[in-house]
Amino acid sequence: MSLDKDQVQQIATLARLKLSDDEYAESVKKLSKIVDFVDQLSQADTSDVVPMAHPLDVAQRLRPDTVTEPDERDRYQENAASVTDGLYLVPKVIE
Amino acid sequence: MGLHTKSMSELTAGLEGGEFTSVEVTQSLLDRIAAHDSKLNAMITVTGEAALAAAARADADRAGGNAGALNGLPVIHKDIFCTRGVKTSCGSKMLDNFVSPYDATIVERIAAAGAVVLGKSNMDEFAMGSSNETSFYGPVHNPWDLDCSPGGSSGGSAASVAARFVPAATATDTGGSIRQPAALTNTVGLKPTYGRVSRYGMIAFASSLDQAGTITRTAEDAARVLGVMAGFDERDSTSIDTPVPDYRGEIGDAIKGLRIGIVRQHFDEGLDAECGIKVKDAIAVLESLGATTVEVDLPNIDLSVPTYYVVAPAECSSNLSRFDGVRFGHRADNAEDLFDLYCRSRGEGFGDEVKRRIMTGTYVLSAGYYDAYYLKAQQVRQLIADDFRKAFADVDVIAGPTTPTPAFKLGDKVDDPITMYLNDIYTIGANLAGLPAISVPCGFVNDLPVGLHLVGTHFAESTLLRCAHQYQQQTDWHTASPEGFS
Repeated sequence: MSLDKDQVQQIATLARLKLSDDEYAESVKKLSKIVDFVDQLSQADTSDVVPMAHPLDVAQRLRPDTVTEPDERDRYQENAASVTDGLYLVPKVIE
Repeated sequence: MGLHTKSMSELTAGLEGGEFTSVEVTQSLLDRIAAHDSKLNAMITVTGEAALAAAARADADRAGGNAGALNGLPVIHKDIFCTRGVKTSCGSKMLDNFVSPYDATIVERIAAAGAVVLGKSNMDEFAMGSSNETSFYGPVHNPWDLDCSPGGSSGGSAASVAARFVPAATATDTGGSIRQPAALTNTVGLKPTYGRVSRYGMIAFASSLDQAGTITRTAEDAARVLGVMAGFDERDSTSIDTPVPDYRGEIGDAIKGLRIGIVRQHFDEGLDAECGIKVKDAIAVLESLGATTVEVDLPNIDLSVPTYYVVAPAECSSNLSRFDGVRFGHRADNAEDLFDLYCRSRGEGFGDEVKRRIMTGTYVLSAGYYDAYYLKAQQVRQLIADDFRKAFADVDVIAGPTTPTPAFKLGDKVDDPITMYLNDIYTIGANLAGLPAISVPCGFVNDLPVGLHLVGTHFAESTLLRCAHQYQQQTDWHTASPEGFS
């Protein structure tokens, strides 16, 4: 099944990716190829097959709900492009 | 002194005997990297000063009778492992400015065992690639032929071990990213069982498939490093709490009576005929040691690559949503609004292949397509895992080729994602089923290395290492070094 430019545009928007015009053209071509390729899965008979949730037969582990991490906000924020008073700054969201 | 040619076991003997110090080993390997890496581009960051300081500490520890399991031994970490105070780029422009505030569990464990980290190795961007050509830092060259790819995504780790920069490097494997580059560079690549080694601090690609392992020249060194890396970690919710065997201690046990399964589909027309001969020769060596072979059937194995290319992109699209230009990583300038900030930061920070996988994943998870792709793939994945389960009722390991061909030229496959994806046709099954697997050097075709692939049942790393070690006792492929890097 091939994808068209509108579909790729919709996928890019959902994925929060800005693409150039060239990238769109290339993505339509290559994503269509990939979708074609994975379409062969439809041949497999999977009636009554439980989808795999984990490669090993184990249950999710639980831990006590206690504080284990120290507060290292300042150190973590050294990697942020823009912070003030411990807050991450982004463009204005509410007018 | 030829320190660069020595395995970890040989270096340990020399350090114990006082023939040389870790500072001497470290300095000689740092010099070697400085002299040769311009040809390979295997390294993203070299941490020379920190390495020499760690080596001095290791020497002092040894003098004080406190030598850990990896005391004074040089290693390189794939740049996917968070390393405190050191740039951790994951091969991406997105993280070119990221200095990790913490250590991955395996980085911590390897340091605590006394190892000396020489730096961080180049890799495909976010481990997405099979040729190392998707790295923001440029491709890695294969030391066996500089025009060829070393494979990927752990191409920098494989090239650095093949070129004798270090006897061991850490690596990660989501669909073959340890074993394929190991096969293409004449090194040993071990992908442990899913959950055997902590993923904490390992930058996530596809969390249900990702597993950390090793690239070395000998199975014995792989056993040594795995023994340090493996084990329960409460910081990884999928870490398995099961005892870590004495991998090195068990490596010498005979393989007489071992049952080896051969998958017919792995030797069909998809495999280069010369490579097939080398792999069959290798299996014959195992038989000469008392192993027996039997044909096994994995009826759904042909669907492993399409299954992978639904599951892995789906998980990647979710994992990589954390890169938003806000808390860390690349941030676009002069964003109009928050949406523009997200879209442009990600559009500028990610390379083509990563964007492609994020979009593939977004598509297969989107409304209306989820059942047809993602759910279907997880069902086929169950069928593939069942095939392995049935096969392992009759055999101890499954043997075959690691890759369909020896190393290919850089640039040859980069424009066709499907051809590139099919490189991992023999390796992906182990990731889908969470099984351990190893690639071992088993000869050369046109002067390029070929790998023997062994897959074991869950937690059978010991069996794989034993097989590989016994094979290496009978053969000397792994001692061959590339011209210009001897």
